[in-house]
Amino acid sequence: MSRQSNRTTDNKKMNSELFTLTYGALVTQLCKDYENDEEVNKQLDKMGYNIGVRLIEDFLARSSVGRCQDFRETADVIAKVAFKMYLGVTPSVTNWSPAGDEFSLVLESNPLVDFVELPDNHNVLIYSNLLCGVLRGALEMVQMAVDVRFAQDTLRGDNVTEIRMKFIKRIEENLPYHIRFF
Amino acid sequence: MADEVLFDFLHMEMVSHVYKEQRSSKGELDSKDRAVCVSILEGMGFRVGQGLIERMTRDSPSFKDELDMMKFICKDFWTQVFRKQIDNLRTNHQGTYVLQDNKFVLLTQLSSGKQYLEEAPKYLAYSCGLVRGALSNLGLESVVTAEVSLMPSCESCNIA
Repeated sequence: MSRQSNRTTDNKKMNSELFTLTYGALVTQLCKDYENDEEVNKQLDKMGYNIGVRLIEDFLARSSVGRCQDFRETADVIAKVAFKMYLGVTPSVTNWSPAGDEFSLVLESNPLVDFVELPDNHNVLIYSNLLCGVLRGALEMVQMAVDVRFAQDTLRGDNVTEIRMKFIKRIEENLPYHIRFF
Repeated sequence: MADEVLFDFLHMEMVSHVYKEQRSSKGELDSKDRAVCVSILEGMGFRVGQGLIERMTRDSPSFKDELDMMKFICKDFWTQVFRKQIDNLRTNHQGTYVLQDNKFVLLTQLSSGKQYLEEAPKYLAYSCGLVRGALSNLGLESVVTAEVSLMPSCESCNIA
């Protein structure tokens, strides 16, 4: 009977495990398909990008977040709304560059790496690189070109997971000429 | 706790990637290449299914018989993985089971009706692997196939 009351949490947890285990199977398959880890990192980034350009729509539909005024607001929304909604964790936003165009997302725990250990011959592999692609793709759809990379990774021996995000430029909306309104 | 939609997106991208990879090295895909794609996805599902069922049945008592296991798959496993129960279970009591899901969660966004019917198998391969992996770690060796005649309903047939 105690199982009944835990059912929703169990379901969410199980979905979470389905996701992390599936991600693990994907990375394993990619390592099998490509000879070197650099290529795997690239593929993960590409796949993440494809997911990100779709995920942003789901995000905008489900959160009631409006347009961000500046990059600082973007950082807060990513950390406190998006990460919380999708991964159930809230990274802290730190290490702002003096120009305000670069910051770090620091995660105490990275849900993607539950159950994961990297064998010794994979020290170039950025296991969670999908996340970088997702962030890049999602932000591109809201007119921001960003560079995203992992600065620290618990799988490679660091204490925390740190994702560094740098604003590159604003992307002009490319509406076909006959749709622009003057 | 990862949101459900993350799995949906990841699954879509996985399928797309596997088929794109085969296509890029072979040009057009013939039925043999398609079979390779399906078996890659199915293999991935198999390992994940094995892991999932272990987590799910960690604290449960062992099952009485084959039918009991299939009921577990139809109710608990399906609910936790595919967010609903199986709608209909049929068996010939000789090792073949047909599980029918009228609104299979990975097909609902594709179409409702006959559109994209020929694409459906791509999106079922991984799930067939999940079921086969789960059964395997419950001690049942099986062949799991899926059939779609009307989206988003699908039937999975296990021959243990």
